Amino acid sequence: MRKTLAILMAAAFAVAACTTGGGAPATGGASSPSAAAQSFAADSTMGKIQAAGKLVCGTKFDVIAFGFKNPTSNEVEGFDADLCREIAAALGVQPEFVEAVSANRLPFLKEDKVDIIISTMTRNEERLAEIDFSKIYYVAGQKILVKSDSPHQSVEDLAAANVKVCSGEGSTSEGNLQEKGVAQANLVLFKTYGEAAQALLDGRCDAVSTDDSILFGLASQNDGLEVRGEAFTEEPLGIGIKKGKDDLVQFINGVLDAMAADGRWKALYDKNIKPYSGAEAPTPPLDK
Amino acid sequence: MLELSPALAEYSDFFFEGFRNTLILAIGGLIGALVIGIIVASLRVWGGPVLSPVGTAYVEFFRNTPLIVQLSFCAVLFAPRNLNITADPIVVGILGLSIYTGSYVAEAIRSGILSVDPRQVEAARSLGLTQFATLRLVVLPQAIRTVIPPLGNITIALTKNTAIVGAIAANELLKVAGVIETRTASFDGYIAALIAFWCLTIPLAFVVSRIERRLKFAR
Repeated sequence: MRKTLAILMAAAFAVAACTTGGGAPATGGASSPSAAAQSFAADSTMGKIQAAGKLVCGTKFDVIAFGFKNPTSNEVEGFDADLCREIAAALGVQPEFVEAVSANRLPFLKEDKVDIIISTMTRNEERLAEIDFSKIYYVAGQKILVKSDSPHQSVEDLAAANVKVCSGEGSTSEGNLQEKGVAQANLVLFKTYGEAAQALLDGRCDAVSTDDSILFGLASQNDGLEVRGEAFTEEPLGIGIKKGKDDLVQFINGVLDAMAADGRWKALYDKNIKPYSGAEAPTPPLDK
Repeated sequence: MLELSPALAEYSDFFFEGFRNTLILAIGGLIGALVIGIIVASLRVWGGPVLSPVGTAYVEFFRNTPLIVQLSFCAVLFAPRNLNITADPIVVGILGLSIYTGSYVAEAIRSGILSVDPRQVEAARSLGLTQFATLRLVVLPQAIRTVIPPLGNITIALTKNTAIVGAIAANELLKVAGVIETRTASFDGYIAALIAFWCLTIPLAFVVSRIERRLKFAR
């Protein structure tokens, strides 16, 4: 009996090990390698990627509109994922996706588990000391989420109307709201944004406010909610690259410039972000 | 005391708002729980075959489900979109704490009433006392002695349970401490919250033990 149990347990572990697969990357095949891809010297970073035949991108798998692994198609969708596909196409290689969450993405870069990180990562001084960044490809920011029939268009409206605003306890978002004039007494703070969205639907508050990348997900999961207004904080998102790969930084900046110039950046915005934000594409922020 | 911590000095108004809300929750919850407890205990003892099971069902339901689940449920149920009773988490908290604690109070009161020997009631009735006079002069004076010590402990538990109301976004002490921690990266709010809870519960515990001693003496 004990032996049978031991065998069963061993089998269970083996199955678990196989299914998690030590982080086996998902291959995205939306865009095929471009025939017009430039070829690079073998000792350059781009040459090495071309020799490997694939560009490994670390993206989020759970952030709708940016990096989201669709459970039915198994494809990684979103702005970040499509950006990876564009860069891979420019190199003439296949894109490959690895899930990179906030806690593991910098180590992944340093250990060369991924070539680049595109995972809604804010470019800031702290991180610039550790890794290099491309130009800023998107400026995320704090916005408001309201019911579709709400009269409030912006955070200033909410402050002026003296209504309740839900946000996350333990987030910088609620501090930003106070700076925008929302009274302390009107802040309703929950542990998770799911609870905040429920409170909004129930009428316990008139809006939820935090980074738009989170709000997009809440809006898409709950009918009758929409993200409104201009971002009132700035989270400049950049592509993370391991230090010492200046040639790759230059190359990616070139791809981003080309995408901005020929309308591909706008096309990606319209495809991935516009359905949630409802706002027209801003000017690509690449010069910042 | 607050000058010791720059974080608390900056947010002292906010902290005292939290303290005030914790007090409101505890006092409001206690009043509500006493009202509910007396009604439910009466139902269980004198309700007869129809109402007595209603009281029992109330006690068994609310005593045997987690407070945080009841509070979350109340918050959604009372919200404007549903029953439209209130959107204020403090009011929801008072109602939720009353409902939950009321089941404990009911049990304490019921056991107090049942602790009086039924033969005393029979004796009082046969001496010609009305049912109400029996209750007022014979049963309740003895029952109260049995009920007071558990009620004291229930009040202490209620005071500590106010910290759970933060989960439905009420700005009580624990919630306020958490917000201060986020804004200032200082742990001081939690230390102050701990001290504030002590300031509420230690005197309560002292009073309860004094009353217990006096009641023991009176008996």
